[in-house]
Amino acid sequence: MTDVAIAAPVAGRSFWGDAWARLKSNKAAMISLFYLALMAIVCVVGPYFVPHTYTTIYADYVRTAPSFSAYPKADMIESALRDAVKRMRVDVDEWHQDGDRVFVTVEASKPVDERSARYLDRSDTFHDTRIENKSDDGRKLTMSAAVKQQYFLFGTDNTGRDLLSRTLMAGRVSLAIGLLAGIVAVAIGVIYGATAGFIGGKTDEVMMRIVDVLYSLPFIFFVIMLVVFFGRNFVLMFLAVGAVLWLDMARIVRGQALSIRRQEYVQAAEALGVTRGGILVRHIVPNLLGVVVIYMTLLVPQVIILESFLSFLGLGVQEPMTSWGVLISTGAKNIGTANWLLLFPAFFLVSTLFALNFVGDGLRDALDPKDR
Amino acid sequence: MTTTNPILSVKNLSVRFRTLDGEVDAVKGINLHVNAGETVAIVGESGSGKSQTMMAAMRLLASNGVAGGEVDYRGKNLLTLDKAALNGVRGARISMIFQEPMTSLDPLYTIGNQLIEPIRRHRKLGKAAAHKEALRLLELVKIPDPERRMRSYPYEMSGGQRQRVMIAMALANDPDILIADEPTTALDVTVQAQILTLLAELQRRLGMAIVFITHDLNIVRRFSDRVYVMRSGQIVEEGETERVFAAPQHDYTKMLLAAEPTGRKAPPPASAPMLLEGRNVEVAFRIGGGFLSGPPLTLRAVDRISLSLKRGQTIGIVGESGSGKSTLGRALLRLLPSEGAIRFDHRDISGANAQAMRPLRRELQLVFQDPFGSLSPRMTIGQVITEGLLVHEPSLSAKDRDARAVAALQRVGLDPAMRNRYPHEFSGGQRQRIAIARAMILRPKVVVLDEPTSALDRSVQKQIVELLRDLQAEHELSYLFISHDLAVVRAMADYIIVMRQGQIVEQGPTEEIFDRPREDYTRALMSAAIDDKKFRLAAV
Repeated sequence: MTDVAIAAPVAGRSFWGDAWARLKSNKAAMISLFYLALMAIVCVVGPYFVPHTYTTIYADYVRTAPSFSAYPKADMIESALRDAVKRMRVDVDEWHQDGDRVFVTVEASKPVDERSARYLDRSDTFHDTRIENKSDDGRKLTMSAAVKQQYFLFGTDNTGRDLLSRTLMAGRVSLAIGLLAGIVAVAIGVIYGATAGFIGGKTDEVMMRIVDVLYSLPFIFFVIMLVVFFGRNFVLMFLAVGAVLWLDMARIVRGQALSIRRQEYVQAAEALGVTRGGILVRHIVPNLLGVVVIYMTLLVPQVIILESFLSFLGLGVQEPMTSWGVLISTGAKNIGTANWLLLFPAFFLVSTLFALNFVGDGLRDALDPKDR
Repeated sequence: MTTTNPILSVKNLSVRFRTLDGEVDAVKGINLHVNAGETVAIVGESGSGKSQTMMAAMRLLASNGVAGGEVDYRGKNLLTLDKAALNGVRGARISMIFQEPMTSLDPLYTIGNQLIEPIRRHRKLGKAAAHKEALRLLELVKIPDPERRMRSYPYEMSGGQRQRVMIAMALANDPDILIADEPTTALDVTVQAQILTLLAELQRRLGMAIVFITHDLNIVRRFSDRVYVMRSGQIVEEGETERVFAAPQHDYTKMLLAAEPTGRKAPPPASAPMLLEGRNVEVAFRIGGGFLSGPPLTLRAVDRISLSLKRGQTIGIVGESGSGKSTLGRALLRLLPSEGAIRFDHRDISGANAQAMRPLRRELQLVFQDPFGSLSPRMTIGQVITEGLLVHEPSLSAKDRDARAVAALQRVGLDPAMRNRYPHEFSGGQRQRIAIARAMILRPKVVVLDEPTSALDRSVQKQIVELLRDLQAEHELSYLFISHDLAVVRAMADYIIVMRQGQIVEQGPTEEIFDRPREDYTRALMSAAIDDKKFRLAAV
């Protein structure tokens, strides 16, 4: 027997290798795949490169429109200046801009406290305030401050937070929930469905009736119950969404398992004396995976939408943390006055869902070429 | 009846498929022609391009296929015709019937619906007239009680009847040419004979030409005027059927003609010990029944059958589909619940559960009909073959198992270097060898072979039959050989059981059954399969 063992085995083209080759020839799916990867990277890494954090509130820049040029704009300087000066409880005597510095002379009935210069620093528009000149009676004070150049590519929201960093943070949350809840749903669904489908008979009946019962629970009611008992938190979102969506998965997988169980290769394994567990692990589950992968790519957008829906209702993630759903919900309320609040998060969400669906379609074609 | 001018001529036709592995030439520039009113057979093994030729001519290729050359029908080139003109020819002047009559009919519509719709559309007839026409067609194809059948759904009909309906649909527009792509392959031999007789008779009455695509030389000889022999996309031989069969020119044709499995199996010595024995085995399926639908209908798939298999013996179980022969084989292996006593090696196993059967599984093996369905598509063939060893010899290391797989593959004539490949990379015959290796690696005593050659080409069948006989001689195996193919059974079995509707019709040593069949049913089976008289003569 030693002489025959020399024959070096030739590697075969596996089912997955085949599917990958077919997927690669599908342009829409590949572009979508790259887009998703890009989106994931941007959302994860992006917030570190945006100069604003997603929680910083710029009181001077409430609902600023998106722009490629830096803020403040010329006309905004005066109002920002007057606001700051007003807080000093003094009047503006004169102001002018010289280069990137602003010079302002204030006047009051009592001597002006030099410390009130910090009001200028507190404003989001100015920094590096210096006292230039003080009149002898102290009632006139000339200060100069540098204008802070800030970019708000996506504009800011109702409380003056940078929308770009918020959208990226929201993307992190939405993608994470989509992926994790998707995995939770798939894991539970596959194990439950495959077991029910494979064992069959009475066990299958009971297991599927349990699924039916869970199906009949109103989803929103279920989530509200969870929120009431456990308070609002991020992990709960996974649980709630995953706990509902595994039902679909379980049904699909069970149907597949039922049909795979009748395949001749399963009968052949039975005739070989393979145990039930062996058949489940070696035959049923690997043959299910194609369907599971396809369903998973369609499940992730569903989860993201569900999360958005819950957040829209105010049951989801809490401020200042955000998700695309939350952003879209606030955007929808401001559609007349600040449409960018809706447009940017909506574009991110929709394009991601689009890409996911394309990938799902591509995978279906790649995994089941007979269907075309 | 036969005129000499061709109505369909295919000139330098090529078909090319774009696949992941590059371009594949399925048909490589062939020429053929069909004269009015004649029967032309295109014969070849699977993959020879015989079906693709006609699919290309009808512009029905899969989306990744490209056809080149010329297909001339009455002066029109079908390959370049526009859609509207093409539809005037396809389905109306040239129609097709396919192998699988179940999938060609829409399960959601009645037979009548499916017949009437195309008649109304193509011939612009009123509802009543179309109904009458549909009835006439069903009568033409000899469907009993056509008025009632118009209201039936496809699932209510047998395979043969469905094929008759398909023929009726194909004839609806009185075509010049009927292309029949393996129309009887999925049918039982007796039904096959009826369908072929019907086709011959219809041809005589309606005067159309028939293009018959098949792998079955037996049918070609009995049915066609002229024959084209195809091999890997080329026509290797053509001519009058009589001439080709009497004096084949090309080596491939000679090989095909000689591919009928030959040899006989000698019965085991009388002293051989009894291995597997069944007494009054009965398998009943319950259909329907329930709270509202009354008592369930009990279908006895296997009805009190007794048989005994000696060491080294091969019992051939013959019968049409639905006769219960596969069910019997599975029941004897305790893969199905059954009544009656089953003894293996002097042990009663009729009550054994899965647990108790597990150690015996290695001695009782099963090989399936469909080599495509019986190998898991996600496992390499090395894994497929050694799966049984995981159960029965768990102490073996991965290396030992690999060595066993290599030996088993060599024994069944496959290159062991291929053991890391996946089943879809092998041909049907190779897959059946893999399935046999999977059974043989456990060194079983009894192997139930459930139609192991039915899905294979004739020349491959012959090799598999020889392999099985060699293995039997080597290991003193006992076979239960289930088949509807009498030629193969004759070469494999030394004892034959003829089954019908779950019961034994006749049994005895092979020679006796073949030479002196006592029952009409056996005789009908024989004449349908082995007789060489022509269908057209029978029809005249």
